[in-house]
Amino acid sequence: MKLISLASQDKTTSALLTVLLLVSIFIPLCNLLTAADSPLHFSAYTVSLIGKYLTFALLGLSLDLVWGYCGILALGHGAFFALGGYAMGMYLMRQIGARGVYGDPLLPDFMVFLNWKELPWYWFGFNNFGFALLMVVLAPGVLAFRSRVTGVYLSIITQALTYALLLAFFRNEMGFGGNNGLTDFKDILGYNIQSETVRSMLLLLSGGALIVAFLVCRWIVSTKLGRVVTAIRDQESRVRFLGYRVEMFKLWIFVFAAMLAGVAGALYVPQVGIINPSEFSPLNSLEIVIWVAMGGRGTLYGAIVGAVLVNYSKTLLTGLLPDAWLFILGGLFIVVTLLLPDGIVGLLQRKLKGQMA
Amino acid sequence: MRTLPGNTMNTFVPYPFTHFCAGLLLLFCLSAQAQPASGQQLQDVLIHLSQGAMSEREQAIKQLVELKDPRGLPILQALLAGKLLALKTENKLVIADGDDQNYAVRDAISDEPNGMVSAEQISKINLTNKLRGNLRKIIGELELNADSPAIRLAAVKAMDKDVDERLITLFQQRLTVEQDGKVKQAIQDILLLQKISGGDKNQRIQAINELKDHDSQDVFNKLKTLAEKDADGHYLETDSDIRNIAESAIASINNRLRLYSAIETVFFGLSLGAVLVLSAIGLAITFGVMGVINMAHGELMMIGAYTTYVIQQLMPNQLGLSIFLAIPAAFTLSALVGIAIERGIIRFLYGRPLETLLATFGVSLFLQQAVRSIFSPLNRSVATPEWMSGSWQINDFLSLTWNRFYILIFCLLVFVLLMQILKRTKLGLEVRAVAQNRRMAKAMGIPTARVDAMTFGLGSGIAGVAGVALSQITNVGPNLGQAYIVDSFMVVVFGGVGNLLGTLVAGFSLGIANKFLEPLAGAVLAKILVLVFIILFIQKRPRGLFPQKGRAADA
Repeated sequence: MKLISLASQDKTTSALLTVLLLVSIFIPLCNLLTAADSPLHFSAYTVSLIGKYLTFALLGLSLDLVWGYCGILALGHGAFFALGGYAMGMYLMRQIGARGVYGDPLLPDFMVFLNWKELPWYWFGFNNFGFALLMVVLAPGVLAFRSRVTGVYLSIITQALTYALLLAFFRNEMGFGGNNGLTDFKDILGYNIQSETVRSMLLLLSGGALIVAFLVCRWIVSTKLGRVVTAIRDQESRVRFLGYRVEMFKLWIFVFAAMLAGVAGALYVPQVGIINPSEFSPLNSLEIVIWVAMGGRGTLYGAIVGAVLVNYSKTLLTGLLPDAWLFILGGLFIVVTLLLPDGIVGLLQRKLKGQMA
Repeated sequence: MRTLPGNTMNTFVPYPFTHFCAGLLLLFCLSAQAQPASGQQLQDVLIHLSQGAMSEREQAIKQLVELKDPRGLPILQALLAGKLLALKTENKLVIADGDDQNYAVRDAISDEPNGMVSAEQISKINLTNKLRGNLRKIIGELELNADSPAIRLAAVKAMDKDVDERLITLFQQRLTVEQDGKVKQAIQDILLLQKISGGDKNQRIQAINELKDHDSQDVFNKLKTLAEKDADGHYLETDSDIRNIAESAIASINNRLRLYSAIETVFFGLSLGAVLVLSAIGLAITFGVMGVINMAHGELMMIGAYTTYVIQQLMPNQLGLSIFLAIPAAFTLSALVGIAIERGIIRFLYGRPLETLLATFGVSLFLQQAVRSIFSPLNRSVATPEWMSGSWQINDFLSLTWNRFYILIFCLLVFVLLMQILKRTKLGLEVRAVAQNRRMAKAMGIPTARVDAMTFGLGSGIAGVAGVALSQITNVGPNLGQAYIVDSFMVVVFGGVGNLLGTLVAGFSLGIANKFLEPLAGAVLAKILVLVFIILFIQKRPRGLFPQKGRAADA
């Protein structure tokens, strides 16, 4: 009930929620109820693509919580996304069973290939979906760290962290598939992962997760904890002098955001069908930052708008003008920081206010 | 690290050719000693060389040696190298200079050019393997008496693999007249090495004792054979005294080997550190002095590396000069790009470091893609000048590569120069003033905006210079900058922001730590360990190894 009252607080929020609900219910429904040649039928590609955007939106949302509200510019947020993705990927790998190329009932293909004889200890438990879900949330949460380090130093450290993880996951010895990562998934919870029903369900789940996460984030920032966090963003030392333990607040918000990112990663992997170490690359984490900056940080819905917009243009442009994408992304970074400090959402709000006045 | 293809092209000279060059030298050397035979005598011998059976050829070679004619050696060397040809049309032998379809040849006796011949006009003089082996020995013996110590030394070294009784006598004879210390030493070593294998026990022990301090692979191998066991577990060497001495000698050599490998690791570490320092030092200025996070720093290095590439393309025949020209050119170009970034973007973002980080990251993506569009996404190879390639062979077990050595020196030069600029010039004074207290500096009449631009230009220019150095040891490609950006930030933060000396210490210690970890953990894991170490270290000491003290620390 409280969530619903939160949802109807302001017009932007209710508009956004309506759109999200429509997308995540309408598209799967259309797909399940109409025939393949109907104009209302979406291709499997489109469904996966939209599902992917929704998980990116969730990822952007989680970064906005730490950056927009707590002022921590984490340049390694993609690492949590990738960790969640790997946890889900490990579950999916275990579901392949003996259907791999080498037909080993216990070991994933890449382990057979590397001549491993038994499953490493950290792979145990991943045949259980519940355990995998727990790991999706816990693995990123455990990695998130408490730190006295602030500002750009923290940005650099988090970037180094994701870089170190990138290097680590590239190693075959780590037992996560090395360069190729985890792929060739077959089933999720016993259903064929390629089937349209599962794809539609995943889209629905992603949309649902995004809506719930959005509402929870809204709730968090409106509580006392949220207020303190915002105060830390604006004047950290003053908050500390008032007697708050700044690190604990930061840690809390950081862990929560990391968990959200993990969930996003876990929803992302079954929809794209692969997880590999390049998800850890520092560039990916920086891209998340630009989604949030582009949409408008410190608003939560801005992050969602930004994530969808940037990724939609990326899909569009890498198809049409592959060479131009980095120029445009680079230009976006510059233009947004110089001219649009509040992002698109901020720009629109200013326009609206101007009209009203 | 990787050797450039251009590198190998420069240094690789086919074996016969070196031999051949040595032969040309010898022509002059021998002329003083030996009595020239008449042309007719030579002609007669040579005819036997080209015609007749193998045994006649062997005979002819012997006669040629007995003639003691200075022209004999080059002919034999050409014969060994397969470059001695018989002309089918005329009854004479020629030496080929090229080995294409068309041979440029000279007369074997008179050494005068004899025009070009095609493959149909000539027949090669073939040798059996046995004859070839003998010929090699004969040439070696002739060279042993050459005038030039360098050739004698090379001849001694070439013959040490296959020493027989005759050679030992030959060496002993030579030793009585040899003047040159190095050649003497080399001959003595070989003779001692022979003594180890057999003969009088006391002599063997003495030989081992004399040789055990030599850093020679041959000695080491020989000693190891003394301590070997056969398949049944019995020692091959029956005398236990000799075995024990040999084992203790092996132990002492092993100790030295450990020392050398430690020296080598430190050297590799220092050179890696030099690269880290070079790439981080420009960042230390912009980050430490101005508080600006420049994510495009790596791309400024990339610009420097590509400048080297372009200049080298413009003057492909003067590699050495092109490197020296590239240093100022890369500095200027990168500095200009840096100033443009500062004037165009960063100056609007002072006091907002996180935004600066994002904007400069945009610049870095932009520059990367620009390079990809202009030069193609493939890596370009920059050739290394001859004096920078190869390695400094200190002894059989220790050699240091020149390019890394020069980069180490170059890094220190750049560092000293930068320190001098900051300490002794007006710009340096202004930079330090602005870094300490921007508002006060402004109040004292320092044009802070201009100083900012100049500082940023200086830091960027040094990134460009670092790029020149990097082009000598790694691939020049659009991703060059990205590979170094995380590392350089780590070095700066680890050393303590705003402290150039800290950057130097941090760079070298991280480089050395990395190289010592590499053999234990593998290259990738070593890098990960170092990264994790720095992350933990900064958690503990957020301001690095050498934190700034006083008021400047609050800024």
